[in-house]
Amino acid sequence: MDTFSKRKYYVLAIFFGIGIIYLVKLFSLQVISSKYKESATNNVLREIIQYPARGLIYDRNGELMVINKPAYDLLVTPRELEHFDTIAFCNLAEISKEELIAGIKKAKDYSTYKPSTLVKQIPPESFAFLQEKLYKFKGFHVQLRTLREYTHPAAAHVLGYVSEVNESDITKDEYYKSGDYIGASGIEKTYEKQLRGIKGIEKQLVDVHNRIQGSYNEGAEDIPAQIGTDLVTTLDAALQHYAEALFVNKKGSVVAIEPSTGEVLALVSAPTYDPGLLVGRVRGTNYNILLEDETKPLFNRALQAKYPPGSTFKIINSLIGLQTGAINTYTRFTCNGKGSTPIRCTHSHGGSANVVEGIRESCNPFMWNAFRSVINLERKPADGFKKWREYVESFGIGTIVSSDFAHALPGDLPTIEMYNKWYGEGHWNALTVRSLAIGQGELGITPLQMANVGAIVANRGYYYPPHLVREVKGDTVSSMFKVKKYTKIDPENFEPIIEGMRELIANKLTAVAGVPGVEMCGKTGTVQNNGADHSVFTAFAPIISPKIAIFVYVENSGWGASYAAPMASLMVEKYLNDTIATSRKPIEKRMLEANMINPGQ
Amino acid sequence: MPSRRSLWASIDGVTVILFILLMFLGWINIYASVYDQEHQNIFDTTQRYGKQLIWIGAALVLGFFILIVDSNFYVFFAWIIYGAVMLLLLLVLVFGTVVNGAKGWFMLGSFGFQPAEFAKFATALALASYMNVHGFKLQQFKSLLFVSIIIFLPALLILIQNDTGSALVFFSFVLVLYREGLSGIVLFFGTLLVALFVLTLVVSNLFLSILLLVAAQIVFYAVNARYKQYWIVPTIYAGSIFPFIIVNLASGSKFDWGDLITAGEILGTLIVVGYAFRKKLTQYLTVSFIFLGSLLFIISVDYVFYNVLVEHQQSRINELLGIHSDPLGAGYNVNQSKIAIGSGGFFGKGFLNGTQTKFDFVPEQDTDFIFCTVGEEWGFVGSLVVIGLFLALFYRLIWLAERQKSGFSRIYGYSVVVILFFHFMVNIGMTIGIMPVIGIPLPFFSYGGSSLWSFTILLFIFIRLDASRYEKF
Ligand SMILES: [Zn+2]
Repeated sequence: MDTFSKRKYYVLAIFFGIGIIYLVKLFSLQVISSKYKESATNNVLREIIQYPARGLIYDRNGELMVINKPAYDLLVTPRELEHFDTIAFCNLAEISKEELIAGIKKAKDYSTYKPSTLVKQIPPESFAFLQEKLYKFKGFHVQLRTLREYTHPAAAHVLGYVSEVNESDITKDEYYKSGDYIGASGIEKTYEKQLRGIKGIEKQLVDVHNRIQGSYNEGAEDIPAQIGTDLVTTLDAALQHYAEALFVNKKGSVVAIEPSTGEVLALVSAPTYDPGLLVGRVRGTNYNILLEDETKPLFNRALQAKYPPGSTFKIINSLIGLQTGAINTYTRFTCNGKGSTPIRCTHSHGGSANVVEGIRESCNPFMWNAFRSVINLERKPADGFKKWREYVESFGIGTIVSSDFAHALPGDLPTIEMYNKWYGEGHWNALTVRSLAIGQGELGITPLQMANVGAIVANRGYYYPPHLVREVKGDTVSSMFKVKKYTKIDPENFEPIIEGMRELIANKLTAVAGVPGVEMCGKTGTVQNNGADHSVFTAFAPIISPKIAIFVYVENSGWGASYAAPMASLMVEKYLNDTIATSRKPIEKRMLEANMINPGQ
Repeated sequence: MPSRRSLWASIDGVTVILFILLMFLGWINIYASVYDQEHQNIFDTTQRYGKQLIWIGAALVLGFFILIVDSNFYVFFAWIIYGAVMLLLLLVLVFGTVVNGAKGWFMLGSFGFQPAEFAKFATALALASYMNVHGFKLQQFKSLLFVSIIIFLPALLILIQNDTGSALVFFSFVLVLYREGLSGIVLFFGTLLVALFVLTLVVSNLFLSILLLVAAQIVFYAVNARYKQYWIVPTIYAGSIFPFIIVNLASGSKFDWGDLITAGEILGTLIVVGYAFRKKLTQYLTVSFIFLGSLLFIISVDYVFYNVLVEHQQSRINELLGIHSDPLGAGYNVNQSKIAIGSGGFFGKGFLNGTQTKFDFVPEQDTDFIFCTVGEEWGFVGSLVVIGLFLALFYRLIWLAERQKSGFSRIYGYSVVVILFFHFMVNIGMTIGIMPVIGIPLPFFSYGGSSLWSFTILLFIFIRLDASRYEKF
């Protein structure tokens, strides 16, 4: 028989004893003590994202170009909402009742307990007033953001703009959350990682009156935001502003490069726009206006326009001729002026030309013969063409030179395959593709690439990859910018070309493109077009230790010497001499005032 | 063999109803604790409450299958089940996956299986089987040794997995042994050890050694009040401790006073042992040994605590004992849990209206701290109902266990109830700050398939045994 049966009472006593102790404790916790109720009312946790200010952007001389200004987002947390005076609220937040209702519905669809943005980017002026009254409305709070501000309405295409992240940004990089900003073009895009900083999270305890009671867990779980890194661009703000002023009411582009470093001093795509237009609440509207503008201000011509280079390309063809031995400095080709075949000369300059004269006079017959000689160095024209193409490619044409441009295009450099397809294999020769001799035809080169050709000539054979940022504060700029890239042309072959370019400015274009006290070398171009010709000019100065290489393209403005050359010379003068000589003021005035978009006005 | 009809008729409906009620309450509280408006569908199986519903369904099926198995199966296969589970506990040490710091899981794809959960009923079966042998006497040394091995072998294996909480559960079997005749003295010593342990950490060791000395003198006097030379023992102690005091004073308090007095007491006790032995004073001998054991115990606790345990273990124990009142440090979880429960008030904030158990204020809010949701949303009334249901279940199970004719069923029944009780005591005690933060689930309540099924198996085997209580085995 079971002798310990009575012990069940002891066991039960232990069970019920513990049960009663727990109930007493619970009664004291839940009913008697008020300590925990107060703690709990304090305990509404709010995760506040700390958005760091983006890095500032300076020009090469330390002048600030891009800064930040505060803006405030008004957020709503649906589950914290209580009945409120909607009219008063709408007046305060400057939104319509419909927007409020739609906004709250959208927020609820997203999450009831996580905050959603109701009104974006409230400017500081409105915010001060809003902040005063907001305590009356439970469930709403504001969050500090920063927006871009520009010290000058300039360099839009270089700096780029910042936009809100889209779905694909979020999928690509989990750092981004809906509502974050991201650099969408220009330096803002290329240097997004450096500029954006790192978002932080602050966990706050908020009381029933929406007042912050302090940090949660003494901030142990907070992640402090890290401010974005400042950048120093290669741009010279003064030169950039001047270039943009010259391009008012014109279509085209200018790119200026420091040959000894590859640093881009100025880069304009005209027409341009005020970068401030794409900031804040007005961004969407303005973006659409710019998008629909027939002059395509959002199109970055400097990096993406595939322009035929026209006569400026003769520099490259002459260099290839000299390097391959197809011509030498004594080689002369006859020129019958307008009677020349297969390409007539646009100038009349005696009966023949050597390479220096060919450049100076932009002699088409000379260039055709030189080009034909290059192509015919090989038994098959296709092989000659292949060799020619390799030389051209070594100038960074038809490819993208790795750098920090967000949207640079490689341009068009025709291929054997393309011509074989067009004409049939073995059914084309130098004559078929003769347009290439004078920089027309299938060539499509961006202003950035042509400006780099100017830098290559200035350097007598090599270049540093053109780039836009010279310093990431507290970090090193990419070392790829420091690697010299050599063309396939030997330095001595540049001298006759440079002489031709020098003589052009010194002997023929002094009136429009002569920069006082500076020996400049240049080459004009006039690109045939369906409408009016494009005016093209490439140059570098001074001839000894060049400081600037520049390429100017003015659409539909006539021959090279009419606009492109004077504008380039003014920029060179501005950059090297700091001021425009009095004697050149009339030219400057004419250039500033010229209107090529609506010529009548 | 009873017919199937009589099997269903003899199942204890009260227990089954309590079991279903607790699972249901657990499930709606899991729903509340992970509830957010993005996932409102209570049957959404991508969410934890949806999964728990699946596991509850599976638990009911499991319960059904346990009931249709012949009760003799559990009796005859007790040892095989025990052996198999022990093997699994060994294998998991080698092939297991680490979850929450414990290497205790077999992972088959997304499905996890934790042998430690099944060690509970396996041990209960083995214990019942071993102790149900005719003529078994727990008082025999050999019996006690075997019983200890049966209980502490799985506990040890689980401890090696680094799952302290589950290992501690096995201590609850002491109550089963007590019911089956284990001396009340064992319980007394158990209580004494726990008390000493706590005191070692809470009060200074000087105070504790003096306290023990005074208590010992009183007991020495009490156990043999008629002894004329009662003054001899205090004199021995005084004489043993005095030189230590002199030495320390002379050295300018170079040694810790607590250590020194303890050393004096040990010396004194050894002399008392010799004295009692010569005078054949058995009561003095017993008291001396208990006193000596206590002194050695506090020295080892002190040593283990400060030299063996790592910091977070120390701080958890400290927190329990209220040594450091550091609301954002180690006691943070408990503090948040108390805030959540306390904020519920008498009637609670209402279903789904809790704020503390959302937003991750409370850690593990749907597993170990599920009771917070009960406390916050249902208030004291809810706490009362849940505790009441558990107590009702415990009462019912003891009542059932006591009506068994077979010792096997009774021992197994007691094992079930003490295991459930231990979980209940530690889990709820932890959330209200009177138990250490030991991560063990609240039976039938906490989120998790593995623990729910193990409790279901544990309980339903007993329901099955009870249903055939008139059969002989
Ligand atoms: Zn000519």
